[in-house]
Amino acid sequence: MTVLSVEGLSKTFDMHVLGDTQVVGLDDVSFDVREGEFLAVVGESGSGKSSLLKCLYRTYDPTGGRIVYHGADELADGDAGDGIDLAACDDREVIALRDATIGYTSQFLDEIPRVPAVDVVARPLREQGVPAEDARGEARELLSRLDLPEALWEAYPATFSGGERQRVNLAQALSPRPTLLLLDEPTSALDPETRQAAIDLLREYVGEDTTVVGVFHNTAVIEAVADRVVVLDDGKLQRVVPVADFEGEVVG
Amino acid sequence: MTLLDAEGLRTVYGDGCDRCLDATGDRAGTNQCPHCGSVVACAEADLTVRAGEVLGIVGESGSGKSSLAEQLALERDPDAETDGVVRYAGHEGNLLDVDYETRHDLRTGDIALVHQHIRDGLNPEFTGGGNVAEKLLSAGWRSFEDVRARVRELFEATEIPVDRMDDPTSTYSGGMQRRVQIARALANDPELVVLDEPTTGLDVSVQARVLDMFRRVQREKGVAAVVVSHDLGVVRLLADRTLVMRHGRVVESGLTDRVMEDPHHEYTQTLINSVI
Repeated sequence: MTVLSVEGLSKTFDMHVLGDTQVVGLDDVSFDVREGEFLAVVGESGSGKSSLLKCLYRTYDPTGGRIVYHGADELADGDAGDGIDLAACDDREVIALRDATIGYTSQFLDEIPRVPAVDVVARPLREQGVPAEDARGEARELLSRLDLPEALWEAYPATFSGGERQRVNLAQALSPRPTLLLLDEPTSALDPETRQAAIDLLREYVGEDTTVVGVFHNTAVIEAVADRVVVLDDGKLQRVVPVADFEGEVVG
Repeated sequence: MTLLDAEGLRTVYGDGCDRCLDATGDRAGTNQCPHCGSVVACAEADLTVRAGEVLGIVGESGSGKSSLAEQLALERDPDAETDGVVRYAGHEGNLLDVDYETRHDLRTGDIALVHQHIRDGLNPEFTGGGNVAEKLLSAGWRSFEDVRARVRELFEATEIPVDRMDDPTSTYSGGMQRRVQIARALANDPELVVLDEPTTGLDVSVQARVLDMFRRVQREKGVAAVVVSHDLGVVRLLADRTLVMRHGRVVESGLTDRVMEDPHHEYTQTLINSVI
């Protein structure tokens, strides 16, 4: 079953501060994502990878095309099976979808200072109504799976190394078990050992009830977790290939 | 559920003339009417707030955000000419037209305002507990024991040391006084809290803790909020949706992360690019 259908997606930025220059982020990109699939997005810097994820999450307003999402048909207005067009639905619908089914995490942890790591990870669960101690229990489990030393669980992530922060970030993204998870380079700062822990955790999560669209730079990670690979070049879709056919290609 | 629905809110300082609206605003590049000299602090502002939602209002000093917030909180400035409609779930008619008593009841119960200046909201000679208790008493609480218990609960929720409850508010740190204001605002379980520049006068480390506390309490209680700030970071932390104001008009609105990362309006782009 298709969980996400991207049809002719385009994004152009009108940069008024740069003398009204237009910058093309995405140009007519189309692909489908199947339920439970792990789709890796690759391309050189500036090829539109992050723009794609941000359009899917509506941090960017798409300027053209449709993004039909079937992961929350119970929230859709139309007939069952029509899905929701993420490119067109209003802000309140986007908020409801984010709360219920769509997760996003960037490369960088963006958190309020002076909140302990375990509470950062537990927060999305608490916001879904999970009791505090259960949420913290789940958070500790995820942090331990990602090999974050127990001594850091009650410490503030602002004092952590890049790799430690990224583990908190990834744990926070996984904790609410979203139906669709958008990951923007969540493993870029991890050392090889920790990266393997992240790969193991991602593999376990995906294929259950979570579909992932993720931007990755590391070929080893892509080969370990992805089912298919979307290759972007200068804002355009170059091709979509099974991960087996992708092997050996140079990732930008 | 829509909690608050505001249309055509306008605040004008001065006599006003029939050319004021055309001659001010974003395109005109000023909020002062060149014909009569009146200042159109805010005009043509429409917005809705749903139950449990947080709406941010950003803009530089003089953009009209506080004038707008004051109207939403039913605060009346006697020096200004105001116009517009504020409808509120469960209440009939335009709340900007209600009599003194109804307005007082709304301000005590459903809608709370946290003032930008701590001295506008608190009596520094009262104890911290007394400042919170005052709000309960005006809502009809009478039992000493019940009031003490409720104040204690609110101190705990807003992370104020309960053993300081009976000390004069003037002996509290700025961060604690801000927490007392928030505790006071939450005292009668309002449906909407309007926060005007919640970080004013607090140093950076205290700011983060107060905002985090507010965000937690806001989510736990499901109370809606309007957060006014010139600080994009404050709005980014708290607000689901954000309005951007300039020269007394709303120039852009949308999901907070969208407004911050994909700003459409020229002014918003400049604002985002000016963050240090």
